[in-house]
Formats: sequence, C-alpha cells, structure tokens
Amino acid sequence: MSEVLRLENVTMQFGGVVAVNDLSLHVNQGEIVALIGPNGAGKTTAFNVITGVYTPTNGAIYFNGDLIVSNHPQGNMKKLYQGENRDKFPTVKVQTPDAITRLGVARTFQNIRLFKDLTVFENVLIAKHMRAKAGIFSATLRLNAKEEQAMRKETQNLLEILGLQDLSQEISGSLPYGQQRRLEIARALATNPSLLLLDEPAAGMNPQETDELTAFIRQIKDDYHLTVFMIEHHMDLVMEISDRIYVLDFGQTIAEGDPEEIQNNPRVIEAYLGVQEDA
Amino acid sequence: MKKSTKYVCSLAVAVIAVALLFALDANKTGAGMLISILQKSAILAVVAVSMNLLNGFTGLFSLGQAGFMSIGAYITAILTIPVKNLDGVYYMSGIAPWLRALKEGMEASPSWLQAIYPFLAMIVGALVAAGFAALIGIPVLRLKSDYLAIATLGFSEIIRAIFSSPQMDQITNGSYGLNKVPTFPSVFGLPSLFTPFIVAAVSIALLVLLINSTYGRAFKAIREDEIAAEAMGINLFRHKEWSFVISSFFTAIAGGLLAMFMRSIEAKTFSITLTYDILLIVVIGGLGSVTGSVLSAFIVTASKEWWLRFFDQPLIIGGWQVPLFRTGFRMVIFSLLLMIVVLFYRQGLMGNKEFTWDGLARFFRKLGKKPAQAKGGAEG
Repeated sequence: MSEVLRLENVTMQFGGVVAVNDLSLHVNQGEIVALIGPNGAGKTTAFNVITGVYTPTNGAIYFNGDLIVSNHPQGNMKKLYQGENRDKFPTVKVQTPDAITRLGVARTFQNIRLFKDLTVFENVLIAKHMRAKAGIFSATLRLNAKEEQAMRKETQNLLEILGLQDLSQEISGSLPYGQQRRLEIARALATNPSLLLLDEPAAGMNPQETDELTAFIRQIKDDYHLTVFMIEHHMDLVMEISDRIYVLDFGQTIAEGDPEEIQNNPRVIEAYLGVQEDA
Repeated sequence: MKKSTKYVCSLAVAVIAVALLFALDANKTGAGMLISILQKSAILAVVAVSMNLLNGFTGLFSLGQAGFMSIGAYITAILTIPVKNLDGVYYMSGIAPWLRALKEGMEASPSWLQAIYPFLAMIVGALVAAGFAALIGIPVLRLKSDYLAIATLGFSEIIRAIFSSPQMDQITNGSYGLNKVPTFPSVFGLPSLFTPFIVAAVSIALLVLLINSTYGRAFKAIREDEIAAEAMGINLFRHKEWSFVISSFFTAIAGGLLAMFMRSIEAKTFSITLTYDILLIVVIGGLGSVTGSVLSAFIVTASKEWWLRFFDQPLIIGGWQVPLFRTGFRMVIFSLLLMIVVLFYRQGLMGNKEFTWDGLARFFRKLGKKPAQAKGGAEG
C-alpha cells in the first residue's frame, strides 16, 4: 500500500506556544484514518499545516511521495524554538493553500465555511474554477463557452450524485445544518482530490444524521477512490469507520492503532477521562 | 413574466433611451442642463461599477478611485489638447519639448488615425493606470479591509500631489491645471453627445461579462470567505490583483471621459471628495449590484445637481419668505435624503441583487397591495 500523506516531525509553534509537537504520521492509499484527541490538542492546527494555511515551524510533509512542505526554525524562532529535530530539515519549501488544493488535497472546515450568499450550485461551481484553462480575457469575452458548459455539467452531475440537485438554486447560508456539511463535502469533492481532509464532519449532528454521514463518507470514498483523513469527536462514527486512529494530546501523538487497540489503550483513556485516583 | 415580455421591455427601454438622446441632440441649447447631468451620471456610473467590482464583488475596500481617475484624465487631456492651444494652456512654464514634438507628430498623422486618437488617449491613460495598479497592488493587496483603504487613499493623494507639483509644470501644468481639452469625439458618425454613453455602456457591459464569468465567481468567493476560497484552489493574490487592475483600468477610462466632459481639469478635482462621492453612489446603489450602481449614479447626480436646485433659491409664499431656502440648503436636504435611504434600505437600493423585470413587477404588485409595507425595493 502506497503512502498518500506523510508528516515527518512536524512542529507548529506560535510564539512560545507549541500547538503541534514533533508530529509524525502517515496515511495510506484508500484508508480512512481518524485523528482524535481532547479539545486544544492541536488537531485542526495539524490540518492547517497540511493544507498550507500555516507554515510549520519545523518538519516536512510529503504528498504521494513528493515533498510539498518543509521548514526549519528561522529568524526569531531560532531562539524561541522548543521542539526537537531542528537540524533535520535543511530545505525550505512553502506553498500557498491554493497550490496544495491543486495537488489534490481537499478539505472541509470545523466551523462551516460556505460562500453563504451564493447558491448551492455556485458554491460547487467555484471549486471548478481552478481547473479552468481560460484566461481572464477569454472568459470575459465568453470564448470559453465549451469549458464553462463542461464545468456546469460536472457540477450538475456531482450535485445529482450527492442528492443535492433539488437544492441547487437555494442560497447556501439558508440550508439546514446537516445539508451545509454535506455541501461543504460536495464542494471539496468538486476539486477532484485524491486526499480528503474532514474537520469534524459530524459536529452538531444528531445520531440519525451521523449514521447518514457515515454511509455518505463510505460511499464517496469508494466512488471517488479517495483517501480520507478526518478529525472527529463522535466516537461511534470514528470507531465504526476508521481503519486506523491517531490520538493527539498536547500536540503529540500518544497512541496509534486500529479502533480496538485505541479503545483499550490506557493512555487514551487517561487523556479522555482523566487519571483515576485510587483510594 | 414571460421571457418574450421581458425582452420587449428591455428593447423598449433601449429604444426610448436612444430616442431621448436624439431628441436632446436636436434641442441642445434648451436641454443643456439635462444633457450635462446625464453625461456626468454615465461617467460616474462607470467609476461606480468599477469600484463595485472591487468593493462589492471582490470585497476589497479600496479608496484610490480619484487617483486612478486623475491618471486617466491627465493623460487623455495632455494627449488631446490641440497643438495650437498648447501655448495658451502652458502659459506659465511652457510645455516639455518632447511632449510638443510627440503632439506635433500626432497631428501630422493621417486623418483616420486622428479620428481615433481621443479613444487611443483614453486607452493609453487607462493602461498606465492599470500598470500603476499592478505595481502598487503587489504590496498593498496583502493588507486587509481598513488598512487597504488607507493605503489606497494614500496612493491617490500621492498621485494628486505629484500632478500638481512644480516639477511637473511642463507636463501637467502643475497647480494651474489643464484646459481647452476638446470635447467628446463622435463615434460611428453619431452626434458627439452619444459618446460618453456609448463608452460607458461598453465599459459596463465588459465589467458585467467579467462579473458573470468564472473569474467573477472566484472574486465573489474571495469576498465571501478568503480562507475557503483558497481551499478551493483560488490564488488570492492573483485574483485580487486582476480585480484591482481591471477596476483601475475602467476607472481611468471614466477619468478620460471626465476630462473631455469638463473641458478643463486640475489636481483639486481629484481630491478625496471625489472618491467619497463615488463611494456614496456605490453604497446607495448597493454593494454587489451593478444595476444598483448605475441607477444610483443617475439618481444621486440628478438630485444633487438638479432636482434639489430649487432649495437654493429664495422661496416666497404669499409674501412670506420661507426661511432656510438659500444657497447650500440643497446639500442639507440631500444629506437628509441620504440618511433616510440608508435607514430604510440598509443594503442600498438594490442590496446585492440585480434589477430584473420580474423584480419590478413584484415591487409594483406589493406596492398595490400593501402601500404601507412596500419597503423591499425593486429586488430581483
């Protein structure tokens, strides 16, 4: 099985605060991997580092075997850096989030970030923009009619497959919560990713919606040959769907394994439930 | 409403507009006031729509419009003032020899080329403005909201200061400004009165096409949520730069038109108040609505310069002179009207919707049913 994503000794330090500490992990082709941990453990920060929103203070990230991000402490950080492996990554490589999306990494956000004033259709159509070959002048003068039509057709197809076609002309901000989550995933899929990062896809969902979401994630994973890496708090969902789980606490991995191993791991239980005080 | 009905309605409006222009052309002396207001409105409509592209569609709060307009206006004016008038215009310091040589060369060229010079001058002015926009966009567009506004405002003031500086005397005539700028040239053999409307219509049409293209959608995505837009593979800097450059291009085109309209320009014309006037038009029309900006350009200009004029005249009813009616009172009423509009139409007249015939029909139906509650405006 080939590796789709690999993080090597990734540290993200903001001033004196170490949000992610020497995190190393990998996600294999076709897997569903979950990243869990208590609030403030650095899960979303890890996602932001992978997608280029933040440049890591130290460490390297590989996507499909290619180095996409690499950094070591520079400037002020040389003095402030508290992590390890500071001399391990001599190359500096930084990419903006849009470049990383273009490589095939799509994501959703913890607090839904739809284009709220635009319709469902437009939300998905915008994701097709980055693959458009037309320049701004030919697009303005409508010399790209064929391409535009193809973009619209693909969007329509995607909405039909995901069961959102009836809502396509609705303003996305007015959709019910569950549908907004679904639309955000649809929008991410429209970028034709090979790796999908889901940041708490089931947040705020009731058990029935969570079940639907579980089936939905499985379906898109198979249909689009995706690899899924997700942050989630709903343990039912995580245990049912994940092939492997990483547990993060205070920015560090404290456990790794399949759902059963994780459930029985004393350090995980401790992180989630606190230390038992024996009398 | 049926599609054919809408089509007929649009066609009727276009025909009426053209007929009105011909009527005005036949009666130039009597309708001088109306003509000049309509022309000024059309010019401001172009600036308002380009400002809306930036502020309303891309979400970049920029206040540099006056600066880009002045670049367009000055270049158009310098390139179009006839050689025979040069000594009269540059009576203080004279004109730079290279500029005179260039202009003499232009006047020696064949006549068909000379006929399009005014348009070339506008386009050259617009390209220079676009070039400046591209350059200052590199550092400035990394700023957000208020900071961007301050930076662009500063740029606009710098341009104004440069144009009026003594070092530029031989090119821009410094603080004396330029006059004897020829009026609008004619296009397609139509009366020259049509020119600002044609240029404005073409500019706005191009901007609308851009806004409705895939790039326009990307701009809207940036306005809605920059982080999400980036996650959708949209390069923030490249798209903001495009929006800024294109907006500046059309702003400068309008600046060129303004120079031809006013016949004389000086650096003072392009002070920050001009930008505020345009911002006012954009906000009253609705951020993110092209038709709103156009409508509001006409309404604001007309009410400022024409409809409210009688408040400036002394008014005597039955021997009693109504107090307050004197020069300047018009602006008090105008400001009051603005406040009322902003209070009742929070999002401007059109919000971020566009005008549609369906919307107009709905508006009148609502007006007929519940006159007291008809506050929605002609939303589409």
